[in-house]
This record gives sequence, C-alpha cells and structure tokens, in this order.
Amino acid sequence: MLRLFMKGNEAAVYGAILGGCRAYYGYPITPASEIAETAAKYFPQVGGTFLQAESEVAAINMVYGAASTGQRVMTASSGPGLSLKQEGISYSAGSELPLVVVDVMRGGPGLGNIAPEQGDYNQIVKGGGHGNYRVIVLAPNCVQEMCDLTKAAFELADKYRNPVIVLTDGFVGQMMEPVVLPEPITEFQEKPWVVDGTVKTVNNLISSIELEPEDLERHNIKLQKKYKTISENEVRYEELYTEDAEVILMGYGIVSRVLQSVVDEARSEGLPVGLLRPVTLFPFPTNKIQELSRTAKLFFVSEMSNGQMFDDVRLALEGKSPAKFFGHMGGVVPTTEEILEQLKMIFNELKE
Amino acid sequence: MLKEILKKPESFYDTFFRKPGANPESTHYCPGCGHGVIHKLIAEAMDDFGIRDRTIMISPVGCSVFAYYYFDCGNVQAAHGRAPAVGTGIKRALPNSIVISYQGDGDLAGIGGNNILQAANRGENITVIFVNNAIYGMTGSQMAPTTLIGQRTTTTPLGRSAKNEGYPLRISELLATLEAPVYIERVAISDAKHVLKTRKAIRKAIQNQIEGKGFSLVEILSPCPTGWGMSPSEANKWVDEAMCKYFKLGVYKDVNGSAVNNNTPAGNIAITKDEIVSLLGSNKPKDEKKFVKPEADENYKNPRIKIAGFGGQGVLLLGRLLSESAMLLDYHTTWLPSYGPEMRGGTANCHVNISDKRIGSPLVSTPDVLFAMNLPSLDKFENEVRENGVIFINTSMVNRKVRRKDVETVYIPATRIADEVGQTKATNVVLIGAFAEYTKLLSFESVLSAVKNIVRKKEFWETNETALKKGMEYVRNNRAG
Repeated sequence: MLRLFMKGNEAAVYGAILGGCRAYYGYPITPASEIAETAAKYFPQVGGTFLQAESEVAAINMVYGAASTGQRVMTASSGPGLSLKQEGISYSAGSELPLVVVDVMRGGPGLGNIAPEQGDYNQIVKGGGHGNYRVIVLAPNCVQEMCDLTKAAFELADKYRNPVIVLTDGFVGQMMEPVVLPEPITEFQEKPWVVDGTVKTVNNLISSIELEPEDLERHNIKLQKKYKTISENEVRYEELYTEDAEVILMGYGIVSRVLQSVVDEARSEGLPVGLLRPVTLFPFPTNKIQELSRTAKLFFVSEMSNGQMFDDVRLALEGKSPAKFFGHMGGVVPTTEEILEQLKMIFNELKE
Repeated sequence: MLKEILKKPESFYDTFFRKPGANPESTHYCPGCGHGVIHKLIAEAMDDFGIRDRTIMISPVGCSVFAYYYFDCGNVQAAHGRAPAVGTGIKRALPNSIVISYQGDGDLAGIGGNNILQAANRGENITVIFVNNAIYGMTGSQMAPTTLIGQRTTTTPLGRSAKNEGYPLRISELLATLEAPVYIERVAISDAKHVLKTRKAIRKAIQNQIEGKGFSLVEILSPCPTGWGMSPSEANKWVDEAMCKYFKLGVYKDVNGSAVNNNTPAGNIAITKDEIVSLLGSNKPKDEKKFVKPEADENYKNPRIKIAGFGGQGVLLLGRLLSESAMLLDYHTTWLPSYGPEMRGGTANCHVNISDKRIGSPLVSTPDVLFAMNLPSLDKFENEVRENGVIFINTSMVNRKVRRKDVETVYIPATRIADEVGQTKATNVVLIGAFAEYTKLLSFESVLSAVKNIVRKKEFWETNETALKKGMEYVRNNRAG
C-alpha cells in the first residue's frame, strides 16, 4: 500500500483536497503555518483558490463568502487566530454555512507560546463566538486522522449546513507519520440554498439577521434541533480495553496517544485500565461515558489544559462515578511515566 | 416615456416580502435618506446591463443591512466591515458573478478599514458602493470615521475634535494611492444634477466589473436627516455645503486596468480522481519498492529515539531519515520535532519512534537510543536514557566519555568522517549508518532509499552513499567483542 510520510499539518490539506475542498483562505501562525503553505502549493494545481488574507478575520469572512456560493472551503489557524475568527464562525453558524476550520492549538492565554496545548477546548467546543450555536468538532490524534477527519469534516459540514472544526494540537500538526491516502470524494449533494449567481438561486439569501424576536427564537429552536440530530447521529469515539476496565482513561488529541501508551504499560503490569477517546468533542460521547460508568469504578481525565473537557466528562457522569483530573498547561505534555504513577496511586486508593 | 421613468426597476422586488411589519410596499429607510435613491440607481443599472440573475449583493451592517429586502438578486449579508472579504470569497468562487459590496462609512472606513484597503489593493474585480453620511445611522447617530470636525453626534456631544478623535478619513483619496484599483470617484446625491452624476459613476463601476477591469469604488456623499437632526432639505444643503467642502467631489482614479488574474491556476490542473491522487503523491517519498527487513537484535527492537545537537547539524533530518527508512521496512514510525524559533539557531532535538506495533505517545521522555551530536546534548540528555539503552556519540563534537556505566555507547567521529567524504552536512548520514550497522534495525538499502527521497539534489547522493557506508564500516571495525 502506498504510504506517504508527512506532517499532520500537510495531511490536513491532503484530506481537504480529497474531500472536495477547492478554496483556502488563511493567515500564517505557528504551529499551523504548514497548512497554509501546503495549501498554497496544491490548491492552484487542483483548480482551486489559495489566498493569504490580510487578517484572521478577513480569512474567515472570505471563507464565509465562498461557502455562500456552495464551494467547499476552509481556513486554519491556532488559538490566537481562532479567537479572531470567532466572529465569522458565529455568523456562519447563524447563516448555516458549511465550512471547515482547522485549529492547531498552542499555549495560551494571550500570545502564550507555540508549544502544544488544549486550552482552546472551551472556545471551540462550547462556541467561542456569540449566540446559541454549536459547531461539530473533530479531534484527530495522528497524522492519518488529520487527513481522514479533515476530509470527513467537509461531508459533515455539507450534511448539516454547519461549520466543522478540526481541533488538534501543535504536536499532531508538527509530527510526521506515514499516511495512506483515502479515496477522493467525487459525488456531492445538491445545495439548493446557495447564492451562486444563477437564475435558479436568485431568490436565495444568506443571512444571520432576524429582526423579530419570535423569528429569531424560531431560528434558534431550529438550530437546536439540528444540534440534537447531530448529537444522536455523529458521535465518534475510540475505546481500548474498556470491557473489564476499573479505571477509564479519557483524553483527546495527542494526550490520547500518551494514554494509549499508558494503557499498554498499565495492562502489562496487571492494572485493569481502559481508554475512551472522544473523536468528536461535539457531539460528546455522553451515552458511552454513562454506559461505562456502570462497570468502571473511576474516570481519569488527562488534558493539556485546566480541565476543560473534564467539565464535560463530569456533566456526562452526573455524579454517578468519581472522576479525577490530571493535566498540564503552557505546552507541557504529560508523559506516560507520570500518568502511570498517578494510576498506581489511584489503584492503591481503590483497594483501601 | 413618463411611464417608463416612474417604473420600479425589475431588479427590485415587487413587494418587499422579507421585510417584517405591516407595510411591505415601502422601504425601511427614513424620509430624505439617501439609501433609497442609491438603491434605485443600482437596480436600474442592473436592469439595463441585464445582470440581475448573476448579481450578488452584499448587505453590510448599518441601515443598509436590509438591502436584501429590496434587491431581486442573490443576496448575502456580511458581518460589520467584512463585505469586501466576503465579496472576495464569492468573486473568487464565481468569477462570472457580479459582486456589489454595499457599505456605509462606519462599516467600510471604521471597523472594516483594513478589509477595504486590502481588497482594493488586491484589485478584486468587484464593485463597492460606499455610502458616506458622516454618521452611524443604525445605532443612533454616533461618530463615524467620516464625521466632520465640529459635528455633533451622540458620542461627540461637543462636536468632533481633531485633538481627540482625529480628522475625518478621506477614503477615496486614500485608496487612489494604490496601484490596483481601476476606478475611484466621489459623488453626492444632494440634488438632481448630482444624482445624475452618481448614476453615471455607479454604471461605470459596474461596467468595469462586467468587463473584468478590476476594483471600482464609488463614494457617495449622502444625507441622513434623522441622524443629523435636520429636515431632508436642510440635510441636502449640508451635504453640498459642509460635506463637499471637506470631501471634494471628483474622479480620483480612472485607469484602463485589466483585472488581476484572479484565481487562474498555473500549469496542468488535476481534476480527475487519479490526477489528484497522483499530484498529491508525486512530491512525497513512496514506499512502493519492497525492502527486506533485517532481523534486529532483541535489545534494539521498537526503539524510542532522541536526537539532539546544534541547529544546522541535520538533527531533524537524521530523525526523518530514521523514520522514513523504518517506514520503507513496514514499521510503524513517528517523528516529532522541536519546532518554531528553536529551529532557527541554538539547540534542536527530535523524537523518533520505530515499532512493530501501533505507536502511542510520539513523545520520547526515556529514550532507548540517544544521538548526542554535540556536548550540550550529551550533558542534557545522558541521564534520561533507559538502562541498557544506547548512546551514539559524535566524538568530533563531544570531548568527553559517557559517565553512566549502565548504557551501551557507540563513539564515532561522524563529522570527521563526513569531512573526509567531502560533505560536512553528511554527519547525520554517517550516524544513521552507524545506527543501522549497530542495531540491525534498518538496512543499507532502506536508508539509501530514504536519503534519495529526502535529499532532492542528486549531486549529493553519491557522497551520502559513501558517508552511509563509512558509518556502517566504522561500527563494524570498532565494535567491541
């Protein structure tokens, strides 16, 4: 099988092109810049558009314009850029525009640093812009998934007329791994709602404004129904040795890779631990967590943040199982060794 | 004839069905407001040019946020100030559409200042209608970037002062300094004579787009009787006497441009599935060739490797060579660099995993193998190495022995050997040769193939091959026991 060795950031562009994306508007930022660089190289060669915008805000609004025409379009950035893009993301959620944003997280708050972090969870998963909206959030943890999930993001975006964010971190963006190219998408569903400068769509309007409170409430209710449908149908997760696990480890992105190693080590030492790794952060695998809470004694969540996803795990558990958090911030990545140490302490406590 | 003139343009909706409330026949604009007249001039031009079906009107934020109530064409509503960016996305996707970005002064000159500047500078082939009424109308008469000195608004209750708020922005003059725009004119709609001039300007700005000439902007000085607290006739007079005095009417730029060649891809365009896949695959090392996987010694299987040295020593490249050779031998592998400013000088390191099994953490905290390419790297990482691990030491750059007794050591003057081969940069290739020979994890063929994949310049292949052989040879000749 043909395997290509590439960075996660490059793989996102490969996935996008194979997913039918033909326009990229972006702004450079470490550690996401290779996405723009790779797009600059390939998009023109597949008949697409690449434009380096004057700002993050301009980039997301160019994406808004292109998405209005029905074109599959994307942008990418890191935390500080995403903070700026929230304007366009909120508008896109309101106007129900399908578009894809890749967020390669770095340390924050503020300028922070360029090391990997997961402090964007709240601003992405909870909707960092204004209004009652959700975006679909996919969380790749390897280079292959940077390709596959970015490709999938375009399908999901079109299916639900909703922004989709691929949320990853500096390590997954910067690391190289072998990738098997997936099949390109060649069939696209009709988009009767677009404004594409033809007679057929001349009566269409892309807008997020609803002046009358009752109308805007109706629109919001419609959006909430859509989010509910998404929650029912699009949850993705990966589990490892969860059946007999007394402790369920949870983490996403690069942390889930560390947790994989932890599970392997722990199992070899006879500790019954398993891994539940959300692949979608919205929708969140709430039902799966509840199901596992019936057999597991404790949930152990690790993140490179102050525990932003941990809040969602606890919400899902509804107090039925204890949950512990272990995290680092500022770009420090948890190591297998230190998490193992934590687990050993937990198992000692569980015995008592 | 009379009938013709009074007719509503076809590019307006018959009834404004999107407008809420009891009166879908009239506009939401105040009496004496300039927007209605400007809308009509645009709609008539759309009729006359026969472009209604392919026109996409971008409504801004401000009073004209509801421009889509009226224009019977494709409508997109944009965030405050972003219409030129949104228009860029639309026009690049649909080069045959006619994109009209309709903006007010707060929108265009305030919050969207950079967006209009950059769209103009790129020469986007769009038409911008810039309605300058020197005030924020929608939000209740606050100061705009174009509010005149001394003008009272709700946020300049004593009148705008140059000292505190600066001077009113002359957008047409500003944009006319740019290379790309083809047409910029400032007009007014204070009376019939001026309206006729405005009509002409709007038509020209649209015609330019139809002909693919490039960026055109018409700035229209327009009355806002409500915002200014004047009667419509007083407001018209104020446009003429106060606004026109500061914002001089006239053509600021008119060149026969041809649009920047927007969005035309170079060379052959991959369209079919096979073309796209082969394009994406063409620039990357492939592992189509089958390589024989050597039998690695037990202690060296599934290594977690750390490589460290000075920036510029080929630290990251050594890691990639290890990973790509491993990939060619069907191993799972990961490569994780230190990235960012670090790579531009100072120290560099990277982490490589090679394994029979799926790899969890790509991060290597207790390496099985350490490459110390210089002294600081040995000092820093010696103690991290696992018991019974291996340290490869570039003795050309490290003048001390490894202090630990519980690790294996491979001392090799890699830089000297590379120098002898004639290419100092091949230090890392000497080292990977040593690694391949010592661990039997990688084969000569797989490493050589990885070198050829990564090192693009063919003239270096031969020296690299020699370096690889020398590295292997050195270990073969010097290995204890």
